[in-house]
Amino acid sequence: MSEQHALDASGLLCPLPVIRTQDAIKGLAAGDRLLVTATDPGTMHDIPAWVRVHGHVLRKAEPDADRFLFEIEVRC
Amino acid sequence: MAEQKRAVALISGGLDSMLAAKVVMEQGVHVEGVNFYTGFCVEGHTHAIRRAKRDREKRNNALWVAEQLGIKLHIVDVIEEYKDVLLNPKHGYGANVNPCLDCKIFMVKKAETWSFMEDNNFDFIVTGEVMGQRPMSQRKETMPIIARESGVEDRLLRPLCAKHLPPTLPEREGWVDREALYDFHGRNRKPQIALARRYGFTDWAQPAGGCCFLTNPDYAKKLRDLWEARGTRDYELDDIMLLKVGRHLRPASHYKLILGREEGENRYLEGYRNTFVSLKPTSHNGPFGVIDGNPSPDDIEFAARILGRYSQARNAPNLTLEVRLPDGTINPLTVRALSADEIAEDWHV
Repeated sequence: MSEQHALDASGLLCPLPVIRTQDAIKGLAAGDRLLVTATDPGTMHDIPAWVRVHGHVLRKAEPDADRFLFEIEVRC
Repeated sequence: MAEQKRAVALISGGLDSMLAAKVVMEQGVHVEGVNFYTGFCVEGHTHAIRRAKRDREKRNNALWVAEQLGIKLHIVDVIEEYKDVLLNPKHGYGANVNPCLDCKIFMVKKAETWSFMEDNNFDFIVTGEVMGQRPMSQRKETMPIIARESGVEDRLLRPLCAKHLPPTLPEREGWVDREALYDFHGRNRKPQIALARRYGFTDWAQPAGGCCFLTNPDYAKKLRDLWEARGTRDYELDDIMLLKVGRHLRPASHYKLILGREEGENRYLEGYRNTFVSLKPTSHNGPFGVIDGNPSPDDIEFAARILGRYSQARNAPNLTLEVRLPDGTINPLTVRALSADEIAEDWHV
């Protein structure tokens, strides 16, 4: 059964939120979801790009006040 | 059918590493990219911090290159490990505090270690080095040193200048065709640009060399000042991040004032309110400031007067600020801004 996990990358500047996302996903199974919270506007470009090159699915990428929220579905 | 060979390519985000990976991919090799984050990479940070650059796309060029190539890119945090490379470079520094040769050896070795740790079973490593292009790390004499001291030896393939070098294992074993590799040499970028066009690439980041703050004279000066003021050649990530941001003035050896130059930097510096004494103008518009070091109350007042020079109170009788201590204590302070000739030239770091 797929699980949902959360990562708070607030306060980190790119590429650290991407690296933390990558490290978190490494331990997840296909079908799991990772919710990422970040504050660097650069994540709105970098996290979707990382998700694309690794073949995962980006379910959500949106600003929320001063934060940026992402939902990634792990594919492989 | 022969087993498909696998290579890991060092991807900086510049044109050379993009081409090197592409050349090998064109020969049927499975390529994945690796990018090492040292903390000194130009990528990302300043684009995110500075509002003035917000009209520019905030892309990470290494990720962008991976997308153009259609390969996976693994970004690896090497901040802690890199300290030893920067602080104790066996082969010394270049023009600034850039340990380029040691850095290249470290990255090639790290690519090998990463490959092993990830159980990825890569057969060889690819870099975008071009002989004669960089004065320290990309010379005919240094190329064998990188291969030898990284321990990667002849599993290190430089597709853009391979014909100037002895055949490597991938060439000897026929994993790649040496005849389809290149003989680029020197600082002329025309062959790379021609090859990029042949592959249909119409966009790429600035040529290699501009991706590391350690080659920047202004940054190097700030880093040396930090080491000198602290009496030790060490750093944490926040230290080296702050050197990329703001206007730095050191009116005395025991403290330094960092002032935001625009809204993005002000906001970034505000994130350090719980670490440093900070100054926030309240009566006039002006920069947010943090004081790194051990300032006395008199030093704080003097720093506020310096800040005043860079605020809209520079010609006003007084400027009022909030002085916030790291423990959250806030006190108002009213000062007169220093005049231009009271700001000594050598305070600017």
